[in-house]
Amino acid sequence: MNYHWHWGVFFSSTGIGKEIYLDWFITGLGWTIAISLTSWLIALVLGTALGVLRSLPNRGLARIASAYVTLFRNVPLLVQLFIWYFLIPDWLPDRAQIWLKQDLSPSTSAFLSVVLCLGLFTAARVCEQVRTGIQALPRGQLDAASALGLNLSNAYHHVLLPQAFRIIIPPMTSEFLNVFKNSSVASLIGLMELLAQTKQTAEFTANLFEAFTLATLIYFVLNMGLMYFMRWLERKVRVPGLIALETK
Amino acid sequence: MDFSSIVAALPNLWQGLFLTLKLMLLAVAGGIVIGTLLALARLSNNRLLSFLAGFYVNYFRSIPLLLVITWFYFIVPFMIGWITGTMHPVGAFVSSLIAFMMFEAAYYCEIVRAGIQSISRGQVNAAYALGMTYGQAMRFIILPQAFRKMTPLLLQQSIILFQDTSLVYAVGLMDFLNSARSSGDIVGQLPEFLLFAGAAYFVISFVASYFVKRLQMRFAVS
Repeated sequence: MNYHWHWGVFFSSTGIGKEIYLDWFITGLGWTIAISLTSWLIALVLGTALGVLRSLPNRGLARIASAYVTLFRNVPLLVQLFIWYFLIPDWLPDRAQIWLKQDLSPSTSAFLSVVLCLGLFTAARVCEQVRTGIQALPRGQLDAASALGLNLSNAYHHVLLPQAFRIIIPPMTSEFLNVFKNSSVASLIGLMELLAQTKQTAEFTANLFEAFTLATLIYFVLNMGLMYFMRWLERKVRVPGLIALETK
Repeated sequence: MDFSSIVAALPNLWQGLFLTLKLMLLAVAGGIVIGTLLALARLSNNRLLSFLAGFYVNYFRSIPLLLVITWFYFIVPFMIGWITGTMHPVGAFVSSLIAFMMFEAAYYCEIVRAGIQSISRGQVNAAYALGMTYGQAMRFIILPQAFRKMTPLLLQQSIILFQDTSLVYAVGLMDFLNSARSSGDIVGQLPEFLLFAGAAYFVISFVASYFVKRLQMRFAVS
């Protein structure tokens, strides 16, 4: 079996302008980070709203949020992505379609599909974490807030959510890391993020071991780094005396 | 929307679903076996063994499944070539299956480890007091109890695996999603076919989750 190892491949020219293969990885990582952060923002806002809805005494609202979670958790991510990318644009009004398909570059419209898909997909998971966090708080917290004259929205804003978010830092970290990893599905609709760039490098240079090793290393280092950072953050913002935190 | 052409494509879709289920069942079986071995290694007193197992788990948990599937698709033929001396094309199914087994093993390992750790220390001590060896204690005392406790979690993870099998689209395998997509493409009705596929995945996962939840409640009582 002949395989030509060549670790310097990342610094050799791609033949396109002055680019070297490492540039492809950097561009890819840029897309990966952009997708992850944007999707996470959507997931965080929507997921928190849904999580609050699920914890409210109002049955109807809780049921809507729970239906959302059931729907988005039981359909595979790739199916959702295909629906966002292939189907939904066709259902938009004509002007929006023209804007999406002609005015925007293919990468940008793919980016929009991926970000909406991942954001809404992850929101279902964030919702569950937020709800768990709120329900983990002692019942007395809400009662005490009411006794102080806070209405429900103020109680959530100033009392329940700030504590709940501290409790759920560890599961939320893994949700964010999941977004980061899941962003690789964007390669399947032609967005040149990290995995797609890796595949392209492997195909162009035939140095597939080197290319995939570098990609793996990037994912691994970023993941571990973020995990340790979040552990540090968790200790930093820990609420002293909160039982739910001490048992962790 | 016209769903009538789905009927004609049903044999095709069924074949796809069959491949999906085959891949899933084999991956679950392999994943649980490797995962259990990893968990035993992680909990062993041998520092090196436990470090290696821990590294394996952290490694696979920090990279995307899609990367593993794609990578294995390229390297498994090379690996087999290096071991046996001749290049064997193994095909996308085998390489995907190996990728799923090794990837999911990392997740199963954590479930099994938690399960083993939830068995009280006294059980181990009692087994040793009866003169059992480590292997016997694990086989007859610890693992049977641990597996009973963690069955719902293992099944839950298997439902996630079922959904994740759709990622084999990346290596061109004709699983359920891919056959729905290609059948839809041929008749020019991609939306109908994709929605149908989504609905099918939803129903299967939803029903399976429902049963897992019921099982969980039954286990919790006893």
